[in-house]
Amino acid sequence: MQSLQTVARPEINLRVGSEGQSQDQSLDIETDSSVRLVQVQGVTKAFGVGPTALKALDNVSLTIRTNEFFTLLGPSGCGKTTLLRLLAGFEHPTEGAILLDNKHVVNDPPNKRPVNTVFQSYALFPHMSVEQNVAFGLERLGQRGPEVAERVAAMLKLVRLEALAKRRPSQLSGGQQQRVALARALAPQPRLLLLDEPLSALDLKLRRGMQVELKRIQRETGITFVLVTHDQEEALSMSDRIAVMDHGRVLQLGRPSDIYERPNCRFVADFIGEANVLPGSLFGFKAPYVAIRPERVLLSMKQDPENSGLPGHVVEVVYLGATTSCTVALQGGPLVKVERSDLPTGLVPDRPVICRFPHDALLPLES
Amino acid sequence: MRARVFDWRRMPEYRTISLLAFVFLYAPLIILIVYAFNANRAALIWGGFSTQWFVKAVLNDDLRRSALNSLIVAAIATPVSTLVAIPAALAFERGRFFPGRSTGEALIGMPLVAPEIVTAIATLIFFEAIGLRAGVGNIAIAHIVFCIPFALLPIRARLREMPRDIEDAARDLYADSWAVFSRVTLPLLMPAIVAGATLAFVVSLDDFLITFMVAPAGATTLPVYLYGMLRVGVTPEANAAATILLVISIAAVVLSSVLVRPRTVKA
Ligand SMILES: Nc1ncnc2c1ncn2[C@@H]1O[C@H](COP(=O)(O)OP(=O)(O)OP(=O)(O)O)[C@@H](O)[C@H]1O
Ligand SMILES: [Mg+2]
Repeated sequence: MQSLQTVARPEINLRVGSEGQSQDQSLDIETDSSVRLVQVQGVTKAFGVGPTALKALDNVSLTIRTNEFFTLLGPSGCGKTTLLRLLAGFEHPTEGAILLDNKHVVNDPPNKRPVNTVFQSYALFPHMSVEQNVAFGLERLGQRGPEVAERVAAMLKLVRLEALAKRRPSQLSGGQQQRVALARALAPQPRLLLLDEPLSALDLKLRRGMQVELKRIQRETGITFVLVTHDQEEALSMSDRIAVMDHGRVLQLGRPSDIYERPNCRFVADFIGEANVLPGSLFGFKAPYVAIRPERVLLSMKQDPENSGLPGHVVEVVYLGATTSCTVALQGGPLVKVERSDLPTGLVPDRPVICRFPHDALLPLES
Repeated sequence: MRARVFDWRRMPEYRTISLLAFVFLYAPLIILIVYAFNANRAALIWGGFSTQWFVKAVLNDDLRRSALNSLIVAAIATPVSTLVAIPAALAFERGRFFPGRSTGEALIGMPLVAPEIVTAIATLIFFEAIGLRAGVGNIAIAHIVFCIPFALLPIRARLREMPRDIEDAARDLYADSWAVFSRVTLPLLMPAIVAGATLAFVVSLDDFLITFMVAPAGATTLPVYLYGMLRVGVTPEANAAATILLVISIAAVVLSSVLVRPRTVKA
């Protein structure tokens, strides 16, 4: 208990923005230990023993920086929750080390780590009011009286729930419960906040609203967030950096623009946004595959002077409002999806067209 | 239009059958209560309304003593068996696997499965063998043992349906093991604990067979005493005493449901 309280905690409401930090490319996390908050080193987690053991995480290494909005993105079952539970202390790694503030924490139980979690199911205490829920962590840390009341009020203000302080969780909507869970986890000023698909239970509109809120709260508190999601749009719009995971491995780690513009493998290209994946040989690449985003393909009705396009015919045209999506079958088979707002008029199925692929839009993929 | 799901309650025979079932279940009880107010000495010949048998039952020293014994035994067996059932339920539902866990589960539930007469005889022989002669204490010990599985049932069921996330969240928020238990698990378990205690109380109060076997002379409980009364001859006094027993049982159940009723929250 004692040691927890003496851990330096970022003072809430001090920072106004974290943009400066996260966009500073010159920070080298390998050498500058002051920005390394979490280090996951060669962590493997196997469930079960012997030949039936399942590796939920397979030799994962990554570093999370202070004040960063870090996202774990991947399909269902890829090990995102397992990684969060390891960071929180609910699971023990089969192999590897986890460092928090440059200290090994693998043997610390969850109640000894300055890490709080927003559970996927919210996991609010049903027998306590909203206020009591938010005060729980503070009281366990030994705080009492007006100090706690003040902090609880500040947290409820932060998540805009002041009016509902006396309610029970069962009397709240899903979105409100989610915000209580957030306030409860933020109240003890953790060094690290873990959020396990906190928005997945909300409808689309509420979800977009909460994404903005989460981002605001992360900026205002300056606490490091690790968000788990399988919604790529959510990951791209909110994160400072994203780790794309599949089958217990981290496939690519980088800023949203890096991952979107320079995917390093077929899985990432496919998973993040839409991508046409074509054989590399088609464009004279050594890489086995190249990817191109549907909005980068150019489409015209007639051959251009340089003869640089690939001929094909229209398969399907779908009007999407702001853009139109057109599927083209290239000669020799492969299908290409084009989605732009400036497609020529008169596209109908079976109409011959030419697709051009700007060289700078082609993303070579290693696998 | 969507086809309706099959529902027993829509069957034409539903009313008749449930009515018959209720008559079958409750008619004997009602007759018992009605004849407790019979003025006639012969238990089953109606001779007008009277409360004299209640007065007589209450003034009967032996009956009063056995009723008191019943209450003493239940008052010991209920809290003790419930206090044993709580950690047992936690060990079975929340604890790690330990060798002998399933054997333990089977053994603790034995009184639910084993024929009561077997338990009764075994208990009697056991007490004889170790030479235990503690009077009402003998009965209380026997009751504690067979009440444990009854108290355990609702507590385990509640733990099983309670999401572990809630306890994880408490631990995540710096609660040590004791704080997780006392601040989260125990309060959430309370309705089930009250239900388990009520079950234990009622089962203890109306146990006949085991008590009959182990009760030493002079330390009988109400059901055993009533049985003795009937053998002498059925008078409405037995009806009156049985009615009192019934009222105590129902009172216990009503009290427990009042205790666990969710408090209305002021908005
Ligand atoms: N306690 C456990 N025992 C055995 N296997 C487990 C356990 N927890 C997780 N797994 C397995 O580990 C793998 C990764 O699970 P995890 O919950 O981390 O996935 P996830 O990425 O969070 O998926 P989702 O998006 O569906 O929540 C899954 O195959 C899962 O079945
Ligand atoms: Mg998960």
